[in-house]
Amino acid sequence: MGIKMETKNLSIYYKNYKALNSVSLPIKENAVTALIGPSGCGKTTFLRSLNRMIEVIEGARIEGNVLLDGKNIYDPEVDPVELRKKVGMVFQKPNPFPMSIFDNVAYGPRIHGVKKKPLLEEIVEKSLKAAALWDEVKDRLYESALGLSGGQQQRLVIARVLAVEPQVILMDEPASALDPISTAKLEDLIEQLKEKYTIVIVTHNMQQAARISDYTAFFLNGELVEYDETRIIFTTPKEKRTEDYITGRFG
Amino acid sequence: MGTKEVIITVESIKPKFFEKLIQNILKLTAGTTILVLFLIFFFLLKEGYGIFSYVSLRDFILGTQWLPETTPPKFGALPLIKGSLYVTVGATLIAVPIGISVAVFLAEAAPPMLREVLKAVIELLAGIPSVVYGFLGLTILAPFIKELFNLSSALCAFTASIVLALMSLPTIVSISEDVLTTVPKEYREASLALGATKWETTLKIVIPAARTGLIAAAMLGIGRAIGETMAVLMVAGNAVMLPHSFFDPVRTITANIAAEMGETVHGGLHYQALFGLGIVLFVITFIINFLTNILAADKLGMKRGRYL
Ligand SMILES: Nc1ncnc2c1ncn2[C@@H]1O[C@H](COP(=O)(O)OP(=O)(O)OP(=O)(O)O)[C@@H](O)[C@H]1O
Ligand SMILES: [Mg+2]
Repeated sequence: MGIKMETKNLSIYYKNYKALNSVSLPIKENAVTALIGPSGCGKTTFLRSLNRMIEVIEGARIEGNVLLDGKNIYDPEVDPVELRKKVGMVFQKPNPFPMSIFDNVAYGPRIHGVKKKPLLEEIVEKSLKAAALWDEVKDRLYESALGLSGGQQQRLVIARVLAVEPQVILMDEPASALDPISTAKLEDLIEQLKEKYTIVIVTHNMQQAARISDYTAFFLNGELVEYDETRIIFTTPKEKRTEDYITGRFG
Repeated sequence: MGTKEVIITVESIKPKFFEKLIQNILKLTAGTTILVLFLIFFFLLKEGYGIFSYVSLRDFILGTQWLPETTPPKFGALPLIKGSLYVTVGATLIAVPIGISVAVFLAEAAPPMLREVLKAVIELLAGIPSVVYGFLGLTILAPFIKELFNLSSALCAFTASIVLALMSLPTIVSISEDVLTTVPKEYREASLALGATKWETTLKIVIPAARTGLIAAAMLGIGRAIGETMAVLMVAGNAVMLPHSFFDPVRTITANIAAEMGETVHGGLHYQALFGLGIVLFVITFIINFLTNILAADKLGMKRGRYL
């Protein structure tokens, strides 16, 4: 499998605080890469560096390179707006816009120039179906998205990302607000999505990481401790710290 | 067992008692506000209703001649009502777009240092008494406008609109800026992460999300403009004539009340007519408030399936 993205000696600072320390990690194409590690170890920070959303945070500073298809995305000539069309992101907290369900999903296509209503309707339906939300909302597309349950909101923001047709999807704990049934649906969804997309997912759920990911990266205190195929990480990790963490013997 | 029960009851009564108390205090304050409003309105009615046995309501509102000194006096308030509308609408058209644009610039684009400095200056401007604005309008703005449009006199609705716009700008800007900065950063981030530019995010997410607050900011600013008397008295030309354009001199309802109240006899016809004007002003303000409330209701945009 090809390498879609890659970080090289990536360090990130918030003002003077070093949140990531020289992380070098490949992201394989059409595969699911799971990021695991205790709270505050830098998973969200790492994720945000992959679509330059880290630059939105005041005081954040970056060292090192991040490659997408072999090109450094922090090159001065790379437009972050164009980059973010290719590398979509689902945030840790579901954040639908205060507008209708339809407008939420149509937002991306609209700003990228799709105007025709029939085409928009088609995109919205396709994206909502892909995010396993269509059946639940098809009769209330024009009602406020804020009226959806937490789990539905989470699938809505996934549909919103899918509507832009990115190449890479970054997901920050997408299942943290979901019940077991929705979680299972979401995992099925991710399984399907990886045929077309490259997926990076942060999760605190070890079983989930084991179930859905092909590769796993274990972070600790801003360092990448270990990266390998998921089955190796979960059966024969090289590092003692990895083993302690995934078996829950940490701390 | 017995003691336990007692403890449980005491614990469950205590919060309920305070809950009730607070609820009642809130009800009382809300009730008082409404009561005061009604009292004001009834006072206006009581002092002013007599005029409507002299002129009909229709003639009072649509009559074009306001001549309180002639015999018999004529009380047609249309010139004043139209004067107020011209000046208020003019001020709104100038102040709201500019005010909100400035607020957007401050909240979204200005570097933090500049923002703090400008905010402080603007809040300072809000505290300047209206007479000062009127004086500056009279001595600086009016001659300038006279030159610019080649007018015989620049004391007209247009000049008054500009002075009122300047007066309401600080209010509109500082409240709008506050409203814009309270839009959750999650909305902005979601938009940026979907590949929207900063500008698209501002236009399509931040401003719509802040819409209700922005309307409130505009209302507060305009509220200052409608109720303003001094500055308008100084620069609007102060002629009780039916205006036909923005460059005609006007007198507003408030200015007229202030100008003539001193000459009236308590309880006389003229006195009642001025209170009649007060009633008209009250009703106009009420209608405007009502309309903006409808405008600000979130559901409208939602039903049309468009952005909020
Ligand atoms: N905006 C910020 N400003 C300053 N420090 C920050 C900021 N965001 C994160 N940090 C710090 O950087 C470190 C890594 O944070 P990050 O959010 O990446 O952790 P995480 O692994 O995603 O944790 P969690 O699992 O709790 O979401 C933490 O110590 C955090 O306090
Ligand atoms: Mg996180």
